[in-house]
Amino acid sequence: MKNNKKASPWNSIKVGLFSLLAMVIFAYGFQITKVNLEELRSENRQESLVRVTRALAKPEIFEYEQVEEIVNFPIYVPCPTDGSQAPVPEHNATEPYIVLTPSCVNPGEIIEVEGFNFAPFTVGPLRFIPGSDVTNVVSLGRENAETDADGHFLVSMKIPDRTSDDVQYIRATLRRNVGSPHFTQTARDTWNKIVETVFLALLATVFGTVLAIPLSFIAARNLMKTVKSPLTSISLSVLGWPIGILIGFIAVRWVGNLSASIGSNAWVNLASILLSPILAWIGLRWALPQEEINRPSQTVRLERLGVILLVVLVSFYGLFQLASLAMSAGKNLEASLGSFSFLGYFLFQVGDIVAIITPALGALAAGGTLSSFLGRLGQQGSERLPVSGIKILNLILTTVAGATVLGLVGQLVEWLYQIGEPMYTLWGPMAVGAGLGLLLAILSKPKESLPIGMVIYSITRTFLNALRSVEALVMAIVFVIAVGIGPFAGVMALGLHTIVSLAKLYSEQVESILAGPLEAIEATGANRLQTIIYAVIPQIVPPYISYTMYRWDINVRMSTIIGFVGGGGIGFLLQQNINLLNYRAASAQMLAIAIVVATMDYISSALREKVI
Amino acid sequence: MLQIKNLTKIYDGGVKALDNVSFEVPDGQFLAVIGLSGSGKSTLLRCINRLIEPTEGQIIWNGEDITAASQDEMRRIRRKIGMVFQHFNLVHRSKVITNVLAGRLGYVNPAWSLLNRFPKEDIEKALQQLKRVGIAEKAYQRADELSGGQQQRVGIARALMQDPKMVLADEPVASLDPVLAHSIMTHLEDINKNDGVSVLCSLHFLDLVHRYADRVVALNEGKLVFEGLPKDIDDKKFKEIYGRDAERVG
Ligand SMILES: Nc1ncnc2c1ncn2[C@@H]1O[C@H](COP(=O)(O)OP(=O)(O)OP(=O)(O)O)[C@@H](O)[C@H]1O
Ligand SMILES: [Mg+2]
Repeated sequence: MKNNKKASPWNSIKVGLFSLLAMVIFAYGFQITKVNLEELRSENRQESLVRVTRALAKPEIFEYEQVEEIVNFPIYVPCPTDGSQAPVPEHNATEPYIVLTPSCVNPGEIIEVEGFNFAPFTVGPLRFIPGSDVTNVVSLGRENAETDADGHFLVSMKIPDRTSDDVQYIRATLRRNVGSPHFTQTARDTWNKIVETVFLALLATVFGTVLAIPLSFIAARNLMKTVKSPLTSISLSVLGWPIGILIGFIAVRWVGNLSASIGSNAWVNLASILLSPILAWIGLRWALPQEEINRPSQTVRLERLGVILLVVLVSFYGLFQLASLAMSAGKNLEASLGSFSFLGYFLFQVGDIVAIITPALGALAAGGTLSSFLGRLGQQGSERLPVSGIKILNLILTTVAGATVLGLVGQLVEWLYQIGEPMYTLWGPMAVGAGLGLLLAILSKPKESLPIGMVIYSITRTFLNALRSVEALVMAIVFVIAVGIGPFAGVMALGLHTIVSLAKLYSEQVESILAGPLEAIEATGANRLQTIIYAVIPQIVPPYISYTMYRWDINVRMSTIIGFVGGGGIGFLLQQNINLLNYRAASAQMLAIAIVVATMDYISSALREKVI
Repeated sequence: MLQIKNLTKIYDGGVKALDNVSFEVPDGQFLAVIGLSGSGKSTLLRCINRLIEPTEGQIIWNGEDITAASQDEMRRIRRKIGMVFQHFNLVHRSKVITNVLAGRLGYVNPAWSLLNRFPKEDIEKALQQLKRVGIAEKAYQRADELSGGQQQRVGIARALMQDPKMVLADEPVASLDPVLAHSIMTHLEDINKNDGVSVLCSLHFLDLVHRYADRVVALNEGKLVFEGLPKDIDDKKFKEIYGRDAERVG
């Protein structure tokens, strides 16, 4: 201890005040949360608690074929004044029958019911049937009859307050199970939904992990701190993104149309799929020599650039052809595979997904490439050109870049809220962006390297923290509105939550890696990408695996309840059954959840031990 | 020839780790950098390959101004400067051969690094370098399974993979016992004498300096306080370098 506190009355008063404050807060909390043990003791509550608990203890999983023996026995309530007797039904000595003593009673009196010749060891209700119709399904009162080994029972029953001049009935319905047990409909529904649940968790975890990995590098301070660029380079790469995305999108769409016009002949597809990677590989081998001591000439570099562009187009063509083949093959397989038709369905969906994301992929790739290319151009320019030239270049580029960025943001707002006033959603933001850009260009020294890495880092971190504070359930509600009720909404919500929370956890791991190897790899002349691959990734593999498994556990748990808000999975069924007061079915679902969660937990901890 | 001109480094916190340091290293020389802990040895060596950005001054190597080099140029310059570290700085979970191959990263096309592919010649060369430092049989073990001395040999092999013209060694033997220290220093000497590579090596022990170095520069609180031959460090110079209360042990 550095500063030993002296005992003083002021300190004691402080402690006292503090405890008082704590008490008040606690008391207020009690009131707010309505802590009330009285409620727990009330008879109503206790009764329903017992009922629910008993139902929960009997999950509806197996059932038997049941046979019923029904015997009705006439009775007068009250006893007729003329002393007439109810007609005793005929029965022979082998059939089940019942005997009442006395044979007629007044309402509210007790009657003894004795049964003979029923099947041994069966149970069932004993009821009073009002009205003169034997087949009436309405019944009153209920006692449980249970036969002994001889098929005999004796039960006393209170007759309800239902008087009539006509004859009424006592009905014994004794049931027994026959044959072997089989699964209930509930059990089958539960099985289907639990499978859905597990796959929901699986897909969300896989997508989340794949996307969280690159994000985590951007959100790691130690990697981003060293990223610095002069303003010329930054504004050029900012401009590169939208232009590149546009070009990429158009180009890939063109390739897509080309691929579509060639048609979906399976053989053509297959040939394209086989040929395009080979061509791409040959092209790459030529255009990207593994090692080069001397700088190649300008023409050679231009030729290489052309070849790489061709390779990219060919690869996208191959992807489109792959999608086309997968879709047509999937459709055929789905029709012909019978109970394995889900494989065909899967193939078709994969093809569809590939077809949909290929243009987006191409657009993003082109955006990134153009951005980094222009960025390098800017870097070289600001190293070579004179200061005054750079200053003027910066003024122009930064203004345009600022205007573009804010203009695009404005258009996003326009698209979201449909304001319909270009003054506010296009020209205004563009003017502001241009002004900000101009200001930046005027204020900064032309050749100074700006800490753009830290800017990107801060934006990413803020974004991650904001999204992470939204619960996955809330996200699910949003996605249910966006894409409709069902597991797809659940996958999207869980996936998004996985991305942001894993990106945060991962990036903390990146920040805690040893700096030494990083420094050593950097010293060999490796560029940023190589440094990440050779110094960062080997260090983060074990924690990444363990965090992914941890997230998998969470996702399994979450996917079981995400159905409560319509996100698919078993939660939907569970909630429905609870609302319908069908506790035995709900119990089956809870049991399933418990088993799945425990199993997954066990598997992942076993795996974790093995991997790390 | 490496020329350091008026080199100054002031860290963000305001610590002046190098204070107007100037000296020259002819090609092929084995230069020892000595000085107390915190005197700026590591800072000096890291400024030379710009792992640390110098605040002021120039570093000129064979006529090229390292301090003014662009990122692309820096990549080409760094691949000719091998570096060996006190704590070896191997990537622990990677194989020894991968660690050695990493020395080629400045040469290979980054696109192929994505696929973790190195040219065949590089792999052969890596095995050869491992043989040269005497641990060929460890090539496919994980780096952290090796002892300290073996790890430092891997570090040297990694530097050798760069076909360096200069090696910066920051206290390469400070974490090793005296016997191992000599064996590691012998490897550095071998590179220096047989391959004609300049070596700048910071050292704590004067006996090592006397045994291996052609020339010595000494730092004290960031200032250059001595430049000359090892045998010229007499008691007076020693006290200047290491402070008045220091005792000679080596
Ligand atoms: N990253 C840093 N930020 C701020 N100050 C630093 C940093 N690195 C080193 N210093 C300070 O710079 C001075 C020189 O440090 P340097 O590591 O170069 O010394 P050294 O001679 O290598 O010491 P040693 O023999 O202990 O390795 C020290 O005062 C140190 O505290
Ligand atoms: Mg040091």
